[in-house]
Amino acid sequence: MPEIKVTPLGAGQDVGRSCILVSIGGKNIMLDCGMHMGYNDDRRFPDFSYITQNGRLTDFLDCVIISHFHLDHCGALPYMSEMVGYDGPIYMTHPTKAICPILLEDFRKITVDKKGETNFFTSQMIKDCMKKVIPLNLHQTVQVDDELEIKAYYAGHVLGAAMVHIKVGSESVVYTGDYNMTPDRHLGAAWIDKCRPDILISESTYATTIRDSKRCRERDFLKKVHESIERGGKVLIPVFALGRAQELCILLETFWERMNLKAPIYFSTGLTEKANHYYKLFITWTNQKIRKTFVQRNMFEFKHIKAFDRSYADNPGPMVVFATPGMLHAGQSLQIFKKWAGNEKNMVIMPGYCVQGTIGHKILNGQRKLEMEGRATLDVKLQVEYMSFSAHADAKGIMQLIRMAEPRNMLLVHGEAVKMEFLKGKIEQEFSIDCYMPANGETTTVTTNPSVPVDISLNLLKREMALGGPLPDPKKPRTMHGTLIMKENSLKLVSSEQALKELGLNEHQLRFTCHVQLQDPHSDADTLHRIYTHLKSVLKGYTIQHLPDGTVIVESIVIKVSSSTEDSNTKVLLLSWSYQVQIGPHSTLKKVIVT
Amino acid sequence: MAAHLKKRVYEEFSKVVQIPHEETPAKKLRLSKPSKSAALHIDLCKATNSTDALQYLLQFARKPVEAESVEGVVRILLEHYYKETDNSVRLKIASLLGLLSKTQGFSPDCIVDDAINTLSNEKSHQVLAQLLDTLLVIGTQLPESPALRLRLVEVAYKHLSDTYFGVRNKCLQLLGCLGMVDAPVGKENEGPGTSLGGLRDVQSIISDYFGDQDPRVRTAALKAMLQLHERGMKIHQIIYDQACRLLTDDYEQVRSAAVQMVWVLSQLYPESIVPIPSSNEEIRLVDDAFGKISHMVSDGSWMVRVQAAKTLGSMLQVSPHFLEQTLDKKLMSDLRRKRTAHERAKELFASGEFSSGRKWADDAPKEKLDTNTVNLIASGACGAFVHGLEDEMFEVRIAAVEALCHLARSSPSFAEKCLDFLVDMFNDEIEEVRLQSIHVLREISTHITLREDQLDTVLAVLEDSSRDIREALHELLCYTNVSTKECIQLALLELLKNLNKYPTDRNSVWKCLKFLGSRHPTLVLPLVPELLSTHPYFDTPEPDMDDPAYIAVLVLVFNAAKSCPTMPALFSDHTFRHYAYLRDSLSHLVPPLRLPGRKQVYGLDSVDSGPGSGSVESAQLFLQQSLNRVSTIQNLEASGAQDLLDLTIRDLQRLGELQTELAGAADFCATYLRCQLLLMKALQEKLWNMAVPLCLKQNVTATAAAQQILEETYKLEFLYSGLESRQVATIHHVRLQAKALQLVLTARTRQGLDLLIGSCERFLQDVESFQRLFLTELPHLQDSFVDKLLELMPRLSSCKPVELVKILQTTLRQSGLLQLRLPEQIHRATATIIEPTGESDNPLRFTSGLVVALDIDATLEHVQDPQNTVKVQVLYPDGQSHVIHPKPGDFRKPGPHRHRLITQVYLSHTAWTEPSQIEVRLLLAYSSSSTSLTSPSKLGWSESLESLPAAEAAVEGTIPFSKAVKVFIMPKPARR
Repeated sequence: MPEIKVTPLGAGQDVGRSCILVSIGGKNIMLDCGMHMGYNDDRRFPDFSYITQNGRLTDFLDCVIISHFHLDHCGALPYMSEMVGYDGPIYMTHPTKAICPILLEDFRKITVDKKGETNFFTSQMIKDCMKKVIPLNLHQTVQVDDELEIKAYYAGHVLGAAMVHIKVGSESVVYTGDYNMTPDRHLGAAWIDKCRPDILISESTYATTIRDSKRCRERDFLKKVHESIERGGKVLIPVFALGRAQELCILLETFWERMNLKAPIYFSTGLTEKANHYYKLFITWTNQKIRKTFVQRNMFEFKHIKAFDRSYADNPGPMVVFATPGMLHAGQSLQIFKKWAGNEKNMVIMPGYCVQGTIGHKILNGQRKLEMEGRATLDVKLQVEYMSFSAHADAKGIMQLIRMAEPRNMLLVHGEAVKMEFLKGKIEQEFSIDCYMPANGETTTVTTNPSVPVDISLNLLKREMALGGPLPDPKKPRTMHGTLIMKENSLKLVSSEQALKELGLNEHQLRFTCHVQLQDPHSDADTLHRIYTHLKSVLKGYTIQHLPDGTVIVESIVIKVSSSTEDSNTKVLLLSWSYQVQIGPHSTLKKVIVT
Repeated sequence: MAAHLKKRVYEEFSKVVQIPHEETPAKKLRLSKPSKSAALHIDLCKATNSTDALQYLLQFARKPVEAESVEGVVRILLEHYYKETDNSVRLKIASLLGLLSKTQGFSPDCIVDDAINTLSNEKSHQVLAQLLDTLLVIGTQLPESPALRLRLVEVAYKHLSDTYFGVRNKCLQLLGCLGMVDAPVGKENEGPGTSLGGLRDVQSIISDYFGDQDPRVRTAALKAMLQLHERGMKIHQIIYDQACRLLTDDYEQVRSAAVQMVWVLSQLYPESIVPIPSSNEEIRLVDDAFGKISHMVSDGSWMVRVQAAKTLGSMLQVSPHFLEQTLDKKLMSDLRRKRTAHERAKELFASGEFSSGRKWADDAPKEKLDTNTVNLIASGACGAFVHGLEDEMFEVRIAAVEALCHLARSSPSFAEKCLDFLVDMFNDEIEEVRLQSIHVLREISTHITLREDQLDTVLAVLEDSSRDIREALHELLCYTNVSTKECIQLALLELLKNLNKYPTDRNSVWKCLKFLGSRHPTLVLPLVPELLSTHPYFDTPEPDMDDPAYIAVLVLVFNAAKSCPTMPALFSDHTFRHYAYLRDSLSHLVPPLRLPGRKQVYGLDSVDSGPGSGSVESAQLFLQQSLNRVSTIQNLEASGAQDLLDLTIRDLQRLGELQTELAGAADFCATYLRCQLLLMKALQEKLWNMAVPLCLKQNVTATAAAQQILEETYKLEFLYSGLESRQVATIHHVRLQAKALQLVLTARTRQGLDLLIGSCERFLQDVESFQRLFLTELPHLQDSFVDKLLELMPRLSSCKPVELVKILQTTLRQSGLLQLRLPEQIHRATATIIEPTGESDNPLRFTSGLVVALDIDATLEHVQDPQNTVKVQVLYPDGQSHVIHPKPGDFRKPGPHRHRLITQVYLSHTAWTEPSQIEVRLLLAYSSSSTSLTSPSKLGWSESLESLPAAEAAVEGTIPFSKAVKVFIMPKPARR
């Protein structure tokens, strides 16, 4: 039986450094090639030595597919392609291809320039790597080689995020990457055909959560910002440069527009501006509202949001500032936070997850006195709010996707093991399909039952149609006669005559014969005649012929009479019939004659 | 000039003569008819190859065919059909047959046999499908022929087993449209043992095709079934299971049709019981269907989602328990338990789950609580609306909001529940959705009482910059019930904030507060001292009476005081004074109050506050009496008649001001009487006794009067709605009189005979057309000017102009006053420009040569078809005037007979040295031809109008019907 093997090198029962190997129909595919944020050593990147101990990966992989531009999905790409060595095709969507290098370059700068690491990929390597990338369009079927084809579906999550459908022959796998089933302010919801893949590899970040309605969250967020602004306070929103930041920007921008507010909104410069440029370009990847209105006005051309300058932080009056990074651990957001922390009118809104040890984590935890470097302490008087704007599918969303795609097997990655366990149980219970959750390096094997396509000759089909009922009933299988020819890797079902002709074989006829002994004193000819008359009287409705050469033919059964060599009274009756009649009328005949 | 006019006269002359000629071309057409089919025949014979034939047929199809010649054409087409070997040509012929049998006045039963015959010989599937389509057309054309139907249905049965999907599609369509509704269709003529079996009804045959391999056929089968339902056949309940299975079909159109089918069945058999698979429980069918359709709200295709969301709204019989699940996404996850568990276990915070998004780690789940109770894929209606309202496509969201509205209206408890969700929708990114949800909330607001926090979120929308949203919200607040006095205070505060931010909302805010006050008198009572800032010991400064915010507060208080007699005791002195002022200036917002110790006010009010209907009746009576009094004037020359008219006009005008319900009627009468008065005065001028050459100067007033009467008649005709043809006739009659007057005056002043001849002709034409138009009304016009004229008509048309003028003059003077009969309802079209207010002293500055946009906001009342008739006129100080046509989209319809025009007009001018005022006003455009044709009240004589010579018809013009508003503008020279 053919098998599909799935081995996560990263993201197996874990979040981070997504990298999943799939071998399907003799093809090896790498899905995502990410890095782990939590490590600074070798564990940062997936263990490519799993594929081969030495040498390049090109011989072992048919293609690499990157689902979206987050570093935990594409961070190890230059390392793999340039340092380990891979020259095959890399597929990603257009926006991913555009934004990915910016993030990689930023990542490189931080690790090399700031932390001073050596033996890291260089800018040139990023460029070289990007040259190998083949861009994908949504719903475009790309033929990687003769047998392997891939197709991208919209995944929400971030700009350009895609789910991929990988197909070899009749076997197929869908990899979701990260996806979001609820639309947000700038992106739509993930969608997929009823493509019935053999395996659906899904992320499961929120395997145990059913989220509240998005609107409540948005409303709360806007209300808090609005109230604070009306009080004359300043609002700090620490964000990571891409993804949520844009959503929040749109949210605030439209709110400002609607409510006719005048307080300035600032966006810390740098990376974001470049990325915003791409958001403006890839309008087709955004949600309905932005797509429909961009002719009048591109929503990403912000009217109220301006670039931030360090000096603005001291300006009097209300303002809203988006600043990086999102966990308040360094950089601009921290600087601003320090300036504003003392005033209770101000507010900081944390729109996402904060790692333990960061200031973001501390203040969310309710700490009101922070120790800064140099033994100084900082009184936190400003209000601290938490607002989740994470764009992963929740448990309901995952179930919804399963319902949409109707997979035969399910495989969970990109989540915590405990939570996966829960979801796995649910999936098995609801859909009664197998669900797997391999750990890193663990291989899951799924046997498939591929249907084998066979060409059938039209004549044969028509003949069969003519024989049978009015229409082929799709629910009932039907048997038919024909010859299966396997030739040069293709299968054909043809009529036997044609098969003989094609293969250059002679037709052999199979005849069944049997001898029946009778005690009859008459001569051979008389006996035959008597049999003939008897049959005529008994078998009405059959054509019975008495041929001059001493045979009686009933339909296609031949009867001959000869005398036994020992006893002339014992007549030997020779019956002979062809294979086709075997099932048919001969039994009756036999019965008749015997009696 | 004269020559030109003469030419025009002859033109018109020739047109009048042409009336009988118009019928001859019709005859010609009839002659050409046989030749048409013949031509087709020749064409088709000529065609050497199929492409040519196809071309001919295509050309032929562009022209309509008359009912009488259809049959001939059909024969020729059929003849050619039999000969034709090319499929595409046969296909075209088949489709033409269908088209032809749709021809009005042609009964297609004669071609049924031929069509069925062709069917049996046809080999091509496509042509077969087209032929069946033709049969379908024929069948629907002949609904009253059961025999034919039976035949067609049988044909459909026969071809159902075709291998081509199109043929099966058409067959199913035929069955759906023509299958017998009452009796099961037997196949009596066929022996037993045929594949379809003996007696089988249409439904089971159609339902066999629910499982067809082709999705298009499945869709067609479902549609055919729905068609049967529409035609009144009761669909069997067995179909339900099959339809439910199709809900999970791979193809969206099948799913969409299946949703409809399931819905139909749920309406037919709401109470029957269906088992739940994989359990022993049973539920009502409508609940089951509701659950299944709810599922479809999270379908992959948005078309299906829209369909499902819409359908949910109409399933009102569903059990409340199911209904409430649609709003509960978390029902199965048992959120409450999870939450309380979490507040105790704060240490779980470290695991860093972020979920509801309100609080850090507020509901990170504890697995052991969930695993068995959480049902992620809802088996019921779980969260359908939560999904629908969060959908990506705004079409789905709108459908969901509407469905919520329908369901909430029938179930108060559901209304209560869906409130939060609707309020959330106020924050949608698409304005249409926001607006819709506000409207919905208003519709269900009778069921609900807003809590403080809910009100808070609702009120937050008051700051929206879209005027539509704000006004919808004001409307909503008018109907809302709130629970506490804090709510009232909150609402008032927010409304005042709104007023401050958007001063143009003044009227709307006041109106809103009026309702808020009258709805919640007891809640307002404790707030009064604070609101009016009175103090028990000290006199507080008197607030500024012109402050809109203060007026707003007073409107709230006074309306509450109406049903709360203890409240006026809390008022301070100036409040009473302000009351008296507001009662007079804003009487529509401030109700009459019983104020103790204010006798004079009380006395005055009691008159007004008497039973409203009675006062209307008395006013009506008064109006009628005035009219009757006027009708006593027999002769226009009678002494005292003028005084009487003068008085009556004054009375009527005052009446219109006092009684708004009768304003239209009173105005109408007054205008009419003014016309009469003018006519009377013109006729009594001394000039009639003078010699012609002497009166050149004096007749200026008479000419002006004639002109004015003409204008007034157009106003009468087009400014008022609700006129009957009787009144229209009267108006036209006055117009005719005015024209006669004009003619007489022309005759007296100008000596050019040509001119006079022309005018006479035109006048006679007018009289004729009047006669034609108001033939039915003529009996009512006895003894009038027209009546007399018509008597003299034979003489008039033959006599010389001078003689004609003389006759006219005497008839005019002798004819009596035509009595005006009032129709039931008569309304004057009015327009009020709300914005610009004309109060601003800051000029609108712009660079000359460029444009500046001026926002215009106006309400129109009783204007029919404002999109075509209402224009904006801009008058510059130098006399230039521009007329601007607003876009149709700029008109909104907030209520019956009310329109709202919100538009922008673009101004431009060359540079001025000083800011100066331009005038903006609204015009009502009219055209005598168009309105008389379209207006439904005059349809009775519109047939006769068609034969009118075109020259008479269109008189176009505009009537200003709003007060002009002045706007300061200042075009500056461009700086180089």
